[in-house]
Amino acid sequence: MVERHRREEAPQAPVDLDDKGRALELLLPGILAEFQPEIGATVNLVSVTVKSQDVPSVCRLVKEDPRLSFNFLMCLCVVDYEEHLQVVYHLYSTDMKHMMVLKANVSPEEPSLPSVTSLWTGADWYERESHDLFGVVFEGHPNMAPLLLYEGFEGFPGRRNYEMPEYKEW
Amino acid sequence: MVDLSTEGQLDTVQMMVNMGPQHPSTHGVFRMVLWVDGERIVDLEPHIGYLHRGSEKLCEGELYVQIVTLFDRMDYISNLNNEMIFCRAVERLMGLAVPERAEYIRVILCELNRVASHLLFCGTFGIDAGAMTPIMYAFRDREKIQSMFEAVTGARMMHNYIRIGGVKGDVPDDFSQRMGALLKVLRQGINETDKLLSFSEIFLARTKGIGVIDAETAIAYGMSGPSLRACGVPMDVRKDEPYSVYDRFDFGIPIGEKGDSWDRYYVRVEEMRQSMRIIEQALEQMPDGPTITPSRLVLRPPQGEVYVRGENPRGEIGVYLVSNGADKPYRVKVRPPSFCNLMAIKELLKDTYIADAVVILGSLDIVLGEVDR
Amino acid sequence: MSALETLLLVLAIFGVLTGLSVIVLSLIWLERKFLGRMQMRMGPMHVGPFGLLQPVADAVKLMAKEDLLSSLVDRVVYWVAPLAVFVPTFMIWVTIPVARDLVIRNLDMGLFYIIAFSVLSIVGLVTAGWASSNKYAVLGGFRAAAQLVSYEIPLILAVLGVAMLAQSMNLEEVVNSQSTVVYALVQPLGLVIFFIAGLAELGRTPFDIHPAESEVVGGPFVEYSGAHWAVFFLAEYINTFAIAALTVLLFLGGWLFPGISGDVSALGVLVFLVKTYLVILVVFWIRGTYPRLRIDQLMSLGWKVLVPLALVNVVITASYMFYGWSAWSLSLMSLAILGAAIWGLSKRMRTAPTPEYTVKLYVPAPEASNAG
Repeated sequence: MVERHRREEAPQAPVDLDDKGRALELLLPGILAEFQPEIGATVNLVSVTVKSQDVPSVCRLVKEDPRLSFNFLMCLCVVDYEEHLQVVYHLYSTDMKHMMVLKANVSPEEPSLPSVTSLWTGADWYERESHDLFGVVFEGHPNMAPLLLYEGFEGFPGRRNYEMPEYKEW
Repeated sequence: MVDLSTEGQLDTVQMMVNMGPQHPSTHGVFRMVLWVDGERIVDLEPHIGYLHRGSEKLCEGELYVQIVTLFDRMDYISNLNNEMIFCRAVERLMGLAVPERAEYIRVILCELNRVASHLLFCGTFGIDAGAMTPIMYAFRDREKIQSMFEAVTGARMMHNYIRIGGVKGDVPDDFSQRMGALLKVLRQGINETDKLLSFSEIFLARTKGIGVIDAETAIAYGMSGPSLRACGVPMDVRKDEPYSVYDRFDFGIPIGEKGDSWDRYYVRVEEMRQSMRIIEQALEQMPDGPTITPSRLVLRPPQGEVYVRGENPRGEIGVYLVSNGADKPYRVKVRPPSFCNLMAIKELLKDTYIADAVVILGSLDIVLGEVDR
Repeated sequence: MSALETLLLVLAIFGVLTGLSVIVLSLIWLERKFLGRMQMRMGPMHVGPFGLLQPVADAVKLMAKEDLLSSLVDRVVYWVAPLAVFVPTFMIWVTIPVARDLVIRNLDMGLFYIIAFSVLSIVGLVTAGWASSNKYAVLGGFRAAAQLVSYEIPLILAVLGVAMLAQSMNLEEVVNSQSTVVYALVQPLGLVIFFIAGLAELGRTPFDIHPAESEVVGGPFVEYSGAHWAVFFLAEYINTFAIAALTVLLFLGGWLFPGISGDVSALGVLVFLVKTYLVILVVFWIRGTYPRLRIDQLMSLGWKVLVPLALVNVVITASYMFYGWSAWSLSLMSLAILGAAIWGLSKRMRTAPTPEYTVKLYVPAPEASNAG
């Protein structure tokens, strides 16, 4: 049985931001106003949800804005929420030492969004990995070949609805 | 006069050399396909995934307490650091306080594990450069650390000692004395290894100016840990965002200047000394008290998501944990430091020799268990 | 040649073959034990007393092993290659004396003969690399060719200096002419050049570039297994012994030792063996200490340092002979040039004073560390 990602009866974890997080929370709506972001918070970080096609422009903005200067892509991952796939970028600034989460939702049927490899070279393998495990296509990525899985692997094993193959004698 | 020059007249063909996954110096099952012109590397294509076990997917099917063992097996050289990061993620999500004594035990063991991991690096780096004695020196000392781990945790590797809310049990009664003796031996052993290898002319010739990467490129690749610090960027989570009790210790961050292989090597040697400083201070400050906050076996953290950062021997590790309130996490994503460091290999290996390729790969200190997960 | 002489010759050849095999076994044991002790290990200790029978066990294992053969190898060349390495290494022993008059054939052009034959083994290494149809083997084979050919020159030039001093190419006469003072004292520069070039010829640390395990996984020998691999191994150790023996004969006075009469052959052999094993221990010691050079560094060391130095050595030796200077002056000149070369090389390799070779310690300001 597939677990639901949201259980109504379970309590919510309290948000507990530090000073830098609170400063970012105030700063971000002004800077990102043109993209109509949804600004919230995870337990310890400010999170910004944008439309998937806006991701490169938002990323360029937060990377180049001197108040934010998110020059370090900490982590890129995909979370399968069944009704949508969420691509999560954890961004960090080596100068300001603050961190934020950028999220973009894509549809599980045709998941695709623009690549950010031109901004952070380090996104390269993360995007290939996400493509392997979740089937998210990153447009503009130089080389989308399988990274962790072998060539010709069928299905996307990271997704929650992936059926694990039965063990057989061979 | 006859023109004897052959420049431009000889046909040379690039050769494709497949290095790995069985090559002895790819540190595991890493494979790279090199296109070489004589000995010079023209182009390369790294391949990973030979050790992909789907750890992140497996985490979705295990109870929280069981996942600690999966983290042990990711970076199998620094198990305790990996256990700690997952436990911290769950504790942060649940708002669970950890007893002070447990924090100190964690810090001591993690720093000791850092020393062990860097010792292994120094030895294998020597092997990569062709010196066969340093690894014996390094293993002699690492062996003593492993015995210490065995005494405390009951296992030499895959300890499963750090638990959510604290540690499995208290340390042995004579822990302080044994650690004091161990540190003394370690300090001497590290100095010996250092003297044998670090400033040997041939070693300098092999590593100085080889595999240079500047700070900006390194940051763009997401490199972290000693590999980034060798470029002169003092980025260390223990200082930037002190977790556990790291803000109570006085220690420095060794940084290199040029970002070459030698700097990456020597930053680690210095880091071992700093780690031992931390351990000494922690031993002095260690309070008495309980070592674990009792919690239920089947944990159900509240709904929410959390990203915690920690400083592993290989660089910055991060765990992104999404919980839906159930007894199993909804999604666990690890930011593996080796994965990001290894990504820069293409940049580092351009226009080097095959012999340098081995040295540069060695200087990144990768663990394939963590790269592939 | 009478029947008796022929019989003696055959016996001598068998003697050399057997003797060398025993020496190789002893060298294998010695290397493992010595390296083990340097690395705080015990070395072999379970087979026989002190692990003495370990090399025998290894040899039996190698002989009993299956000979694996890749389907793509060039078979004829592949099988000939070990022989091409092995035969020259044995042939040079025809004229190497181990004590006064204890030699198979005392050739007048002995040194010339040895040099001519030792070059041949390169062919074996290159063919082995080529025939294996393995890219690592090819790389190793070409490395070997480049390395051995270029180090042959300083080696020969260093030998030339000795031949000039002794005014002979006969090894017995070379040794006999050292009865007052050994050439190591007269020509320290020549000794160092010969020894370094010899190490490179052997492919031993820090010049183990063609069999480098961490780079080309064994180089030319990567595809060989069992007895054929053992032949390469045997040749390598005989070569080690030969280079050490030549060092002893050319520079360290062979079987001569103050106070020991060289006329008693058994005593001479003992002195010779002790000296040779000491030289070999130095070779092992270097192996336990140094990392490996890179191929381009090796080539520049050979062509830019050793060849010029060897030429200088020949020139000063010739001047000494021509102008009739005293032996002391040659010795001092040689030492001075050697010292200058080592100083220059060390400066060149370090490129800067030591402070640059440390890592700085960054301690952030207190307020920065408390934030977050």
